[in-house]
This record gives sequence, structure tokens and C-alpha cells, in this order.
Amino acid sequence: MSAALESVLVGNPSDVALTDQLLDPVWGPKRKTWGAAFLVTGLGTCMLLCLILYTFYEGIGVWGVNVPVAWAFAITNFVWWIGIGHAGTFISAILLLFEQKWRTSINRFAEAMTLFAVMQAGIFPLIHLGRPWFAYWLAPYPATMKVWPNFKSALPWDMAAVATYFTVSLLFWYLGLVPDLASVRDRAPTRWQRYVYGVFALGWRNSAHHQRHYRMAYGLLGGLATPLVLSVHSVVSSDFAITILPGWHSTIFPPYFVAGAIFSGFCMVATLMIPIRRVYGLQNVITTRHVENVCKMILLTGIIVDYSYLCEWYLAWYSGEQFEMWTMLHSLPSGPNAWAFWYTMFSNVVLVQIFWSKRARTSELLVWVVTIFINLGMWTERFSIIALSLQQDFLPSSWHAFHPSPVDWGLCLGTGCCFAFLFLLFLRFVPFVPLAELKELKAEVKPRRHV
Amino acid sequence: MRAGLAAEFGSGDDLLIAVAELRRLGYRELDAFTPHPMAELEDVLALGRSRLNWVVFPLGMGGAIFAFWLQWYCNAWSYALNVGGRPPFGWITDIPITFESGILATSLCVFVGLFWTIGLPNLTHPLFKVDGFERASLDRFWLAIGAGDAALDRARTGEELARLHALSVAPFGGWGDPAGARR
Repeated sequence: MSAALESVLVGNPSDVALTDQLLDPVWGPKRKTWGAAFLVTGLGTCMLLCLILYTFYEGIGVWGVNVPVAWAFAITNFVWWIGIGHAGTFISAILLLFEQKWRTSINRFAEAMTLFAVMQAGIFPLIHLGRPWFAYWLAPYPATMKVWPNFKSALPWDMAAVATYFTVSLLFWYLGLVPDLASVRDRAPTRWQRYVYGVFALGWRNSAHHQRHYRMAYGLLGGLATPLVLSVHSVVSSDFAITILPGWHSTIFPPYFVAGAIFSGFCMVATLMIPIRRVYGLQNVITTRHVENVCKMILLTGIIVDYSYLCEWYLAWYSGEQFEMWTMLHSLPSGPNAWAFWYTMFSNVVLVQIFWSKRARTSELLVWVVTIFINLGMWTERFSIIALSLQQDFLPSSWHAFHPSPVDWGLCLGTGCCFAFLFLLFLRFVPFVPLAELKELKAEVKPRRHV
Repeated sequence: MRAGLAAEFGSGDDLLIAVAELRRLGYRELDAFTPHPMAELEDVLALGRSRLNWVVFPLGMGGAIFAFWLQWYCNAWSYALNVGGRPPFGWITDIPITFESGILATSLCVFVGLFWTIGLPNLTHPLFKVDGFERASLDRFWLAIGAGDAALDRARTGEELARLHALSVAPFGGWGDPAGARR
């Protein structure tokens, strides 16, 4: 056991050295790469805000959507971003319940990734409403017209699921952060900084009496987040599955979407983790073993996703239903925008198989490039499911190919920038590798070497 | 504990030995402060398992039941909604929101319940005024004996702590002041 644990924490730094290393991103000097990235993503975030205002002013006619393709980029982005978040919860909750020690050094930033991804996701249903100022109509409130929301629709489920997911993710993240905020407070160079972090640390004093309740609360939130994360993408998939549209109407959707979500989320974890550990010199706490384990998770969930593709095609063919067969076996691979379908096949079916090789899993650069390709591949997968199924529906006279507008692309890119912007702020102001947990891991592993 | 005597130790093992020894000597109002959670410490302090789960479970269930009731009230009772001839009370479609609300209510109760139980936020605890206590989150292991502990004695306790390899011993919260202990 010791050898396995040592590979997730290299060397035997003293507590002070470890703390200083992990707090260096907060108290150390700003890095140039950080500043440059902050500027670029900040500008991208401004562009996002401008495009949202433009959409509000002009209406969603400025996007490429039109009947029959009424859902395209925005909903694709929504589903994709929600999916990205899933790996964060998976790492922090499910791996916590399975007592996987390697989660320790990456769980904090994976949780932050969840939060910021869900924030991006939340933008899209809202701006897609056309009249976003009426978003509160989704909530049950005593309206003068005496009509309540229709809870048989998947959209109120969606709102409940996403709002719950965001809230629980935030609580879980903050709860895990409190002891580390206390560490930051106690190492703060100035009185003012000590005061600010002190407020956020809520007066945490590392008491054993507090610790026993804290551990119970953390475990409970982990236990609650586990079924939650499985339910969220199931509910999102219901937006599609409960309609009668070929390509959407399928009982395989909930597990298929959840597997895809965890798949894309782990890819995003790898995409973020590799540059971070390099820029901040954290190869001793985020080790090659972490990269390799993440790749194994990508491979596993990728295979589940591939199996789901097979099921979908097989069920379409087996149904003998002409509309179903047309969408799945003709419209997707050879209709308009078929590039999205074929790119998905390339990245999610072919490219992911590279992770069978240990050499591939342990090569930093290769993992980084491949996971970026798969991130895009998961986006095109969502796009294929959502937009391509709509292009050629039951009535050939209404067929219409979707063409994204520049605003579509801008919103898509803008949320990417906004996500990165929030993530950079997080890297600068919050200890992104859990200190207390890592020290606990160290105390658990290291003394055995001397005995 | 708002006042008492605090002692600093250089390692977790020293702290564990000290706590066990003090318990044996009859001290009962003890608390320990460590840079990372130590499971053995809770055994030595005889803290037992937190019962937070028993408190939040019924509250979370209450949240789920409320959500289920609300959907029934909205779509079946207050304004019976006819969607394509489906029954107004189609309870199967109420499951997702009931489930999500149960999770949400439980999580909020866990969070609020935890901080309620441990009495945080409290930014001005007297221990923060003890010199060097900030290293409890870094690499030092602290112990505190509450002023209400019957076994606590100014001269004897200090000697015992020194014998147990305490690096420093300091009163906090006004304990031992000529003005008298403030609790």
C-alpha cells in the first residue's frame, strides 16, 4: 500500500516546506503566464457580456437557429458545460466514498472546475428564453393568473437539477476549503490579508472537537453529491429523451449522457491539470500517477460512451421505424453538418483507444493534446445529437441545414474565456491543492519508511 | 471552551501521548488543534461519532416531501392542469424534482447544521491571541485544557505539561488573571 501511496506524493517535504510550496501561488509573486492568460480571458469575458447584451437587445434571431433546428449551439454548450462539471463531482464525491487517495491533490481544482463549468452552462438556458426577464416563471410562485409551472415538463426538472447541482457543488467546495483558508489566514503576510482570509475561514481553528463533525458533514455531502451527479445529466438527457423526435427519443439516454459527461469532464481535468502542474512546479504532488489514473478513467468512460453509440445505432435499425432509421443511419453520417458526426467518431471512438498504451498515458504532452481533441469531440457529439437530429425531421419539405452565426461562435468561445478567467482567479486567490488533506496523506504514508 | 491553558507540541505523537496521559490523570475538558485531521486523536479524546447525520436526515426528507406536495398542489389541486389528457396527479413525473429537492434540503441542513453545531463563525476566539497558535494550521500540535476542568491546577498542570514535552504553555481567555477567570 505504501508504494502505491508514495507515487501520489513524491519525496518527503517537511510540513512547512509543503505548506509554503502549496501557498506560493497565493502569496508568491504573480507569474507572467498567469498575467497574460488573465488579460486574454478577461477580454474574452467582456466579449461574452457584449454578445449576451446584443442577444437580449436583438433577440435570438441573431443566432443560426431557425425551425426546424430550434436548438443548436446554445443547448449544445449547455449540455457540454454541465458535462464538464461532472468529473469534478466524480473525483471529489465518488472517489471520496471509495477512499481513493490519489484524488486528494486534484479534487479541489476539479471541484472549482465543476462550479465554473456549471456557471457557464447556466447562462445558456437563460439567454435562450428570448425574454430572460421572465425566467422566474419556471419557479412555482403564486401568480396573478393562477397558473403554476407544468411539472410534467422536463424543463422545470432541469432547473431543479441544475440549481441543486450548483448549490451542492458550491457547499461541498467551500466546506473542503475552510481548513485551507485558515492555513492561508495563518500564513498571511499582512494584517489586512489576514483579516480578509480570516472572514472566509469563519474562525476555523483546527479543533479535534470540530473535526469529527466536519468529517461527518464532508462525508455526508460526498454521499449526497454522488446520486446527485448521476441524476443531473439524467435529467438533462430527459429534455431530449421524453420527446418523440428520432435521435432523441431513447431510453438509453440517461446512462449514455452521464458516461459522456464524466468522459468529457475527465478530459477537461487532464487539459487543466497538465499545464497547472508544470507552471506551478507541482510535479511532486500532482504526479505522473495522477495523469495516468485520469487517462484510465477517460478510457473506461470512453468505452461506455462507444458502447452507447453502438446501442443507439443497433436500436435504430432494430426498431424498423423509418424515421428513426433515417436519422441515425443516414442523416447523421451523411446529412448536412456530418463533419460533426465523423469528428466525434474519430476522437471518441478511435483516438481514445491510444490510452490503452502506458507510454501514451504517461506522456504529458500527448495526454494534453489528445484530451483537447476529445473535449472538442464531446462537444461535436452533443452538437450531433441536438442539432443534427433536428435538421431532417418527419417532413422532408421542412428540412433545413443549420448554419451557426458569428454570434453563436462568439458565445461559445466567450464562455470558454469566462470559464478560464474564473479559473485563473481561483488559482491566484485560493489554495488549489488541499493542504490539510495532503498533510494527512503525508502523515499516513511517510513515517512507515523509517520504521 | 472560552478560557483555560494551552500547550504546544512539536509532533503529533507527542500530542497523542500527552492527551492520553492527561486523560489518565483525570483531565476531562480537553481539546486538540492539529494541522491535519488525526483519527487516533479522536479515539484518545473519547469524542465518539458525530450524530449530525441523524439530525439532517429527517430535515432532508422533509424537503423531499414538501417538493412532492408542492407539485401535487400546483398541478393537481390548485389548478388541475390537463396536459394531453394525462392525469393531473401523475406522480411519476414528480420524482425528479422530489429527488433533487431532497438532496438540496439535506445538503443545506448539513452545511448549516455543521456550523451551528461547532459554533462557527467565531472570528474572535481567545485562542487566537495565544502566541504561536497560528502554527496549529502549519506544523505544530496544540492542546487546550478548559478552565472548568476540575483537575486543572496552575502549578501542577504546568509541570505535567512540561514533563510531557510541551514546547510552550500559555493561559488563554483570561484564565489565571488576577481579575479572575472569564468563562
